[in-house]
Parts: sequence; C-alpha cells; structure tokens
Amino acid sequence: MKANCWMGKKKVEVRDVPDPKILNSRDAIVRVTSTAICGSDLHLYNGFIPTMERGDVLGHEFMGEVVETGSGVKNLKVGDRVVVPFPIACGACNMCQRDLFSLCENSNPNAWIAEKLMGHSPAGLFGYSHMLGGYAGGQAEYARVPFADVGPIKVNGLPDEQVLFLSDIFPTGYMGAEMCNIQPGDVIAVWGCGPVGQFAIASAKLLGAERVIAIDRFPYRLRMAAEKAGATETINYEQESVLERLLELTGGRGPDACIDAVGMEAHGHAAIYAYDRAKQALMLESDRPIALREAIMACRPGGVLSVIGVYGGFIDKFPMGPLMNKSLTVRTGQTHVQRYLRPLLDRIERGEIDPSFVITHRLRLEEASEGFEMFLHKRDNCEKVVLTA
Amino acid sequence: MAPPRWREGNGTGKSVVGTARSLGWFSIGLGLAEVAMPRRLARMIGMDEDDSSRNILFAYGLREIATGVAILTSERPTGAVWARVGGDVLDLATLGRAMADDDSNRGRLTAATAAVLGVAALDLFTGRRLSRDGERDTMARGGAGVESGIRVSETVTIARPREEVYRFWRDFTNLPRFMEHLEAVQVLDDRRSHWRARAPAGSSVEWDAELIEDQPNERISWRSVQEADVANTGTVRFQVAPGNRGTEIHVSLRYDPPAGRLGALVAKLFGEEPSEQVKGDLRRLKQVLETGEVVHSDASVHPGLHPAQPSAAPATRESER
Repeated sequence: MKANCWMGKKKVEVRDVPDPKILNSRDAIVRVTSTAICGSDLHLYNGFIPTMERGDVLGHEFMGEVVETGSGVKNLKVGDRVVVPFPIACGACNMCQRDLFSLCENSNPNAWIAEKLMGHSPAGLFGYSHMLGGYAGGQAEYARVPFADVGPIKVNGLPDEQVLFLSDIFPTGYMGAEMCNIQPGDVIAVWGCGPVGQFAIASAKLLGAERVIAIDRFPYRLRMAAEKAGATETINYEQESVLERLLELTGGRGPDACIDAVGMEAHGHAAIYAYDRAKQALMLESDRPIALREAIMACRPGGVLSVIGVYGGFIDKFPMGPLMNKSLTVRTGQTHVQRYLRPLLDRIERGEIDPSFVITHRLRLEEASEGFEMFLHKRDNCEKVVLTA
Repeated sequence: MAPPRWREGNGTGKSVVGTARSLGWFSIGLGLAEVAMPRRLARMIGMDEDDSSRNILFAYGLREIATGVAILTSERPTGAVWARVGGDVLDLATLGRAMADDDSNRGRLTAATAAVLGVAALDLFTGRRLSRDGERDTMARGGAGVESGIRVSETVTIARPREEVYRFWRDFTNLPRFMEHLEAVQVLDDRRSHWRARAPAGSSVEWDAELIEDQPNERISWRSVQEADVANTGTVRFQVAPGNRGTEIHVSLRYDPPAGRLGALVAKLFGEEPSEQVKGDLRRLKQVLETGEVVHSDASVHPGLHPAQPSAAPATRESER
C-alpha cells in the first residue's frame, strides 16, 4: 500500500510499504478514506520530537472502513465506517477506567523510553515517534487499529469532512475549553488560531463563554476565528501588545481563562523569539514557550491556564512566580479523545457545529509532501489539509 | 536486605558524592543532547554524519540518561559511576573507530577524545573512591559478601483482584507468556519445576527450581536447586492496592550471572540492564492480565530498531505464541 513516511527532518515521502496485518486479537484493519495533517505533525516534520526513525508512517487523524477484525473485536464488523481516536487505549487499566485514555498504561510497548524522559509513559499514539509506541500512522491506504473494541466510533450518514476531526482536533479544542470550567460572564483568550485554536474558540462558545478573544499573527486565521469559529475579538500580536489589549478588553481584570493552543514551536516578538530559538538550537531548552509565558502574565488572578498545545521536553524562563502568586490553576494533557467521541458526534448530528469549516485544502495522499510544505509555511492561506486515498 | 545506606556525613564521602552527582547531571545533559540532535553532535565531534553515527549517538544518549538517572536516584551510586567508566571505554572505542574512517574530521575527533579521556579520569577516580568507602562501610557493619550476585527489585500495579494475579503467577507455566527471556517452564511436582531460558548468542540455559514459600494471595518464593547454570532466587509479593486500584506486585530477584559482575556490566552496556528487563517483564504481565495479551506495535514486533511501518512478515505474532 501507499503510505506517507517520515524520511528525516523536513522530508516526507509517499512510499510503497507492506499492508498492515492483525497483530493482536483486538486489532482491526481500516481502509483509510480520509486523513489529515495535524499541527503536531509539523513538530515531527521539523525534527523536534526525538525517537523518529526513517520510514515511520505518519498520521494520527484518520477514518475509514473496517476491512478486517481480530477475534477479540465484537462491536465492529467488516464494512463499518469508523473514526479512529489518535491515542491508543486499552479500556481496562486504572487510567482508562478513570476516562484518562491518553494515559493508558498498556498501549505503549516502548514505555521505557518515555519513562526515561518523563518519569511515566503516556499512551501510545499513531504515527508519533518510537518513544510513544512505534505505531504506524494513518496517512496511508490502510491502518492497523489496536484496541478497536475501545477506540473507534461508528459514523453513519454524515460526510467524511464533518466527522474526520473527531479523531483529534475537535475533541482537543473542546477539552481545552472544558478544562476552563467556563462560568456565566467568563471571557476566554485563545493563543493560536490554527485548527485546534479554532475548535477551542468554537467550543468555548458552545460551553457558554461570554466572549472569546483570538490571538495570532496571520490575518486570514484571525478572520476565520471571527467569522467561522465565533471569536468576539481578535488580536494580531505583530501589530499590538497582547497584554495591553487583553487588559483593555476586560476592564483590567484579565481573561478568566487562557488557552495555549500553540505549544513548543511558538513565534513571538524579535528579541524573545531569538532568545528561545537560539537556546533551542543549542539544545539548552527543547521547547519555545512564548505563548505560555504570555498567557500566564495575562490571566486573571485565580483563573485557569489550559494547555493543549503540544510540548515535548524542557522550557526555561518559566514564570512560576506569577503563576503561584496569582493562584492560577493549570490544566493540560494529551486529549482523552475516547471520552468526547459520542457527545461531540451528537453535537455535529444536531447541527450545533460543522467542523469542516477549518478545511482549506483537499489533496490526494500522494501529494502529502506538498501538503506539509504548504501547511508549514502557511502558503495560500493554508489552515487545514485533508488527504484522501 | 536493603543495601547499606550511604551516609553523606562519614569522612571523605561528602565531596565524592558531590562529584558523582555532578557526573550524573553531566550524563543527563549529554544524553539529552545525543538523543535530541544526534546528527548535529556527530558533526561537532567530527564523526561522519551518516545514519549509523546517528543511531550510535542516539543509543549512547539513552545510555547516558539512564546512567545519570541511576547516579542521581541511588543513595550510593557506586555501580552507576562504574557504568560510566564502562561507557567511557565504549565511547573511546567508537571514537577510535571513527578515526579510521576517511569521512571523519580528525582534528575534531582528537579534541573529543581528549575531552572523553578527561571525564574518564574523573569517573575512574570517583568510582574508586566510592568503592573503597563502600567496602569500608560494609566491613564496618560486618556484612562482607552481602554484595555478591545481582539483585533486582521492581514493582507494578495491576487492575485485577489479588486472588487472580496470585493464581496466574502461581502457575509457573504462565511465566514465559510475559518473561521475555524464558522459553518454557515445566511443572515437575508440587514443589519442583524445570525452567529453560534464552541466553546471549543463541544459546540457552536450564535449571530446576523449587518452591520455598507459598502463602496463597500473599507471597511466592523460589530458588534454583544446586548446579544451576545461573543460580537464582526470587520472591514475589502481592498486596492489595488502595482504593480499588487492584494489586501491587513487588518482585525481588537475586542471581549470579555466569560471568559474574563483569558479565552483568557488559550486559548493561548493551541494554540488557537487569532491572529494565524485569520492569519490561512486569509491564508485559500487566498487559496480559489487563488486556488479555502482550501488546504489539508495528515496530515492537521486531528485535532492535525498525521503522514504524507494517512489515511483510512479523517476527512474533501474539496468535502464534
């Protein structure tokens, strides 16, 4: 089959690889009908996530048709149309039992590597390094889905483009907003208007936020946030001071909750960006936490910092003093996608949201490399690339 | 049988432990650099920037991190500091081989070799001081010989009832399902069983074991009977985890590897670290009891490095085991 493979830093290539097979009794094989390139794939593309191997099949946002099931899969049958969540979760361990699926204790066969870097290992993920499992991803014609009796959700009727993002970015944005514990009258600020940021904005509105302020540097992304996701105000950080503007917009209180939908490769003003970029290049810190620092400074005392942007390692100049003295609550995590599938599919079916609004480019799987380049450089107002096999 | 505690207050110990800690942090820093940017580092020290250099530096990085963590987390880091000495030897050998490679930058390699030699001298000095002080400590407690053999203690929590976990372990024929090196266990009678394990270089070792303690749902102990290739003894304890979290398993093993401590040190350098091995076995036990089988990814079915893509013929399939 054809699959999009990581071939080194800034290099992906669609290659012929063997078809996947059932390896565990609870596996299913899915013929992928739609798959997407995620912002977190760019961290792999840019070489910031360790333990990638040349030839790794990428992709953790995908859906398709079941073509084979292992003997332990009773809830799915050949021909079912399913969306697959990006974290792999067994459903039986203590974490899964508490609905913390992205912390599954059994799905990472390479847990020992992650334990060295983080103390404990999170769940295995599709197409996201060997440290997180060494699983082939879904930017391919077929994918093997472990624990198919736990993860995938059956979808009927709705087109791919409306349900594909249940695999990651819609639940991720939604969890980011849910962690804010939104109360009547709350103002939420969202750093980053990539696809996850767009869903964080839309979800904050769904959960009853009074106002949602979107922060980015690309006018087309801010425009989408205002026109499609429902942001009430936008801030272009290249044109005005984020902190000053947020104070002005909130009568000096600061946003009640701040969502970091940017993560480890943030951009920012020249001096601080150069500082973090240089330290990252010299391996003195692995992540550039520019948005995170700003969110801490901006947040209302007693407010919530919700971190859904991906971080990989270590950061520096972390404003712990402001965080502590302002009594902020930090909430974060890889998304526990399995717990959001049903409720969010219901919202889509009821017409409360149509997630396809983020799609700007539709390419064929063979054009994956072009898609990565376009997405990385925000060429042609690129927001979200969907690939079809 | 806790190892003798390292007391920072006694005599010369304090500064040596301080040096050891610095070496631990140095290991972690260097290790992170090797893991994160192996190619860049290869260029910096003058090695050819090909895939094999990258893989070597990446593996060495994991080794450095593990050693660093071991130094910083143990009360008396003697063994971990000696592991650094072993690592230095490996590093020097690698640099020596790179020196013979036409694509290498010899000036940079010479500088890197000098740096490793400097650090190696410090490692050696620290290791000798720690060993000497440690012996003195042990002698003072009248416990000479306590250190013989290799001891490993590991633990895991399994979300299953204690009775079930105990029963599974008590049937020794189940052990090869999660102990990677065990090929088969044959139960001979109430107390005795015959074990066969894979050994390095394709050989295998066999021995008879006897049950020496069996307290249902609490504790099982066994030991090899005389003339075993690898004399060994083990105890597993089952304890109810609080708040419906299942069962805590505490395993402690002691064994004398064929080549003694040197054999163990060499095995450590090549990733066969005994505690990692046991930890991996317990992780697989948890998978078997909680999910029904050992969990595989596309890469994990292969021994050693393999890209995360399906393979034409998987090396091990659960259904065939």
